[in-house]
Amino acid sequence: MFATTELNVRNSRRQALVQILFMLMTAVLILPVLIILATLIHKGGPAISFEFLFSEPTNGMTAGGIFPALVGTVWLVAVALLVSVPLGVAAAIYLSEFAPQNWFTRIINLAIINLAGVPSIVHALFGVGAFVLFFGFGTSILAASLTLAIMTLPVVIVATRESLQAVPLAFREACWNMGATRWQTIRRVVLPNAVSGILTGVILEVARTTGEPAPIMFTGAAFFLPFLPESVFDQTMALSLHLFVISTQVPGVPDELPYGVALVLIAMVLVMNPLSIAFRMYLRGKKKW
Amino acid sequence: MADDTRPLSVVARPTTDEIDRRNLDWYIDKVVQAVVFICGISAIVFVIGIFVFVTAEGFGFLVDTFDFAEFFGSPRWKPTSEYRTTYGILALIAGTASVTGLAMLVAIPFSLGAAIYIAEFATGKTRETLKVLVELLAAVPSVVWGFIGLTIMNPLIIKTFDVPVGLNVLNAGIILGLMAAPIMTSIAEDALKAVPDRYREAAEAMGATRWQLVFKVVLPAAKNGLLGAVLLGVGRGFGETMAVLMASGHSINLPDSIFDSVRALTATIAAELGETAVGSDHYRALFTIGIFLFIITFIINLTADLIVRGIRKG
Amino acid sequence: MAVDAGAPMRLAPGAETARPKVEVRNLAISYDGTPALVGVNLEIYENEIFGIIGPANSGKTSFLKALNRMDMFNAAMQVSGEINFDGRDIRQWRNVYALRGRIGVVFPLPVGLPMTVYDNVALSPRLSGQTNKAELNDIVERCLRRAALWDEVKDRLNSLGSLLSGGQQQRLTIARALSQEPDLLMLDEFSIAVDPVTTMRIEDVLKELRNEMTIILVTNLTQQARRLADRTAFFLTGSCVEIGETEALFTGQVEDSRTADYIAGRFG
Repeated sequence: MFATTELNVRNSRRQALVQILFMLMTAVLILPVLIILATLIHKGGPAISFEFLFSEPTNGMTAGGIFPALVGTVWLVAVALLVSVPLGVAAAIYLSEFAPQNWFTRIINLAIINLAGVPSIVHALFGVGAFVLFFGFGTSILAASLTLAIMTLPVVIVATRESLQAVPLAFREACWNMGATRWQTIRRVVLPNAVSGILTGVILEVARTTGEPAPIMFTGAAFFLPFLPESVFDQTMALSLHLFVISTQVPGVPDELPYGVALVLIAMVLVMNPLSIAFRMYLRGKKKW
Repeated sequence: MADDTRPLSVVARPTTDEIDRRNLDWYIDKVVQAVVFICGISAIVFVIGIFVFVTAEGFGFLVDTFDFAEFFGSPRWKPTSEYRTTYGILALIAGTASVTGLAMLVAIPFSLGAAIYIAEFATGKTRETLKVLVELLAAVPSVVWGFIGLTIMNPLIIKTFDVPVGLNVLNAGIILGLMAAPIMTSIAEDALKAVPDRYREAAEAMGATRWQLVFKVVLPAAKNGLLGAVLLGVGRGFGETMAVLMASGHSINLPDSIFDSVRALTATIAAELGETAVGSDHYRALFTIGIFLFIITFIINLTADLIVRGIRKG
Repeated sequence: MAVDAGAPMRLAPGAETARPKVEVRNLAISYDGTPALVGVNLEIYENEIFGIIGPANSGKTSFLKALNRMDMFNAAMQVSGEINFDGRDIRQWRNVYALRGRIGVVFPLPVGLPMTVYDNVALSPRLSGQTNKAELNDIVERCLRRAALWDEVKDRLNSLGSLLSGGQQQRLTIARALSQEPDLLMLDEFSIAVDPVTTMRIEDVLKELRNEMTIILVTNLTQQARRLADRTAFFLTGSCVEIGETEALFTGQVEDSRTADYIAGRFG
């Protein structure tokens, strides 16, 4: 339609150049991680075996498996979820469905952002001061999980709130018009359509709690404890702390052991995420409006 | 066709008093409102709780031992010295600052570049894939990052730069940069997406090319959001504990170069709290560092939020 | 056109022994201080179809929202004055949800809830505690039939209500309102999303329903008001200009010339 001018050629060339530059920047961000992942699989892969996953560490943690740490991580994550999911979902319901637009709600939102920004080690200090000492839970799964739960609460709240707000107001109004109470409306119309968002939040939380040793190292996780926990008042080993310990604190650990633990950790997280993404896409495919 | 003409209701209509009665559902609704309100304010309670409990544990130090000039002015952190214990966190601040600063040098250009690419250039499948990858990156656990610094970056730095120690500012900075970048990328991408399409359309109608559009229209319009993303990245780097502990070398130093080992504020707490007796000066001093960390991140996050919200209103 | 030839005999307003179903005194509605409706006084009697006509932005929809106490959900909407429903000020109701349960509403934009067609219609009975499967089946079929939708959806009661066509969703909304077994049914320009044939079918249903409930019919089609309404109110730019017997209004017995102009189609 238009004649190609000198200017146009130069512009389109520059455009191609800029685009390639940004593409390279994106690649620089992503490539190292792929390389790292490959290295972990390469070096840690041979360590992974049924025995590795299901036996205790032996020989001063320089041999054996990771079973107590694996079980401990499941305990910690499960108890943390039990606390933070109901609390976070309820808080998100308040913020999305009830909170008026005023200064007080603003303060709640600021508190959530700040809670998310507090360094994990400060959460650990809080856990020690509040749960271990003040409430007298001692160093236990309970104290550690509560610390984790508070640390990850903002993740659940934000993800849930977003998915609640994505449900159109018209659905709520239609339901209110029929004489449904606010809670009936939330339970029958809003929540069922927000499940995917809540799930995303939960999975992000699991990833965060699984891989963060700082908040649990003084509140409930032990360096070495070859027993399985029996109640929430026991201490336990945890995978994240185990990786830290055997890679920095214990001399003479064969290389493939920490690589194996790192691979298990990253696998747990990386398997979780695609699951959530796949689940979200499945739900999006079934989009109801 | 409406062939069923039976009346909807055959019983006699109830009186107003019979209808207008508070039933179980009414009370459940009230209870739910109260419960979710309490849960809603829990975030405030926890933030205050963190401040109160951390301060309570560190309070003794602040009252008895704390010396402002020494605490912030001295590079000597010697809480277990047999001759004279000194509690100076200057070197720790320098460690945190140098590592965070380098991390931002790494993370800011690349995460903003990636955000621009994803938001403005990539389309369809590429875009979705990149977003998923960035999300995956953000989920890599911090202890795994630390482990990577320890086992992969460490020998790499020693070999490449021919230095005796590979656990240093450079190592921790790169690790931290890679950690912070995905979060910054997704926040920055949100900020770019928040720029209304009519700006883009107007610029395109005037014959602007894509890159002109990005630099002259989209970036200026999104600058507050991007600044917010950077600030949150700083907050993240500043507060990161395990990765820094493992990758920085953890030795007290006022760094001269990026090949010096340093020690971060957060890492100090993580490394030493386990060895202190509850209530000792050392223990309280670590909590005092915690108060300092809390206040700094509070300010960073507040500022980031004010900046980001500023644009949403405008 | 023969108006309401086969419809039940009209009850002359004022001749009822019962008190008014709805009684409005000095009603004023504003949004963030901008008035939308001012100084409305009217009564609506049991078992009548009360038409409200008027051009856009005359406050018709706001009137319905105030009746249903939807101002509770919109901080910007302020309502003053008095609205009595069954002789009790709606702001004095102890259980506002029970009040809304007695009032069925159909708004111009149909909303199929994101659940199955069956669940859409069964929702209201379920909310009030009905769990009997046979009863629910009965209610669902009856309401769908009355809303002239049964034949089209009887084979796919388990498909999503929000994925029906616009016209079907509108009838689904009507069926849902009927499933409340309301005393008062409020329809706001229901025919916007519905084709003319279906509109006529629904109009027939409304004539039957008059035996069982009170109906407020907000419409932008003046002829629809003429076909259905016993009495009609004319709203214009936020006030109620005139209320009268529909036949009287449409045969020129008006007090305000604007009413005649609007009905004759000279503006609006």
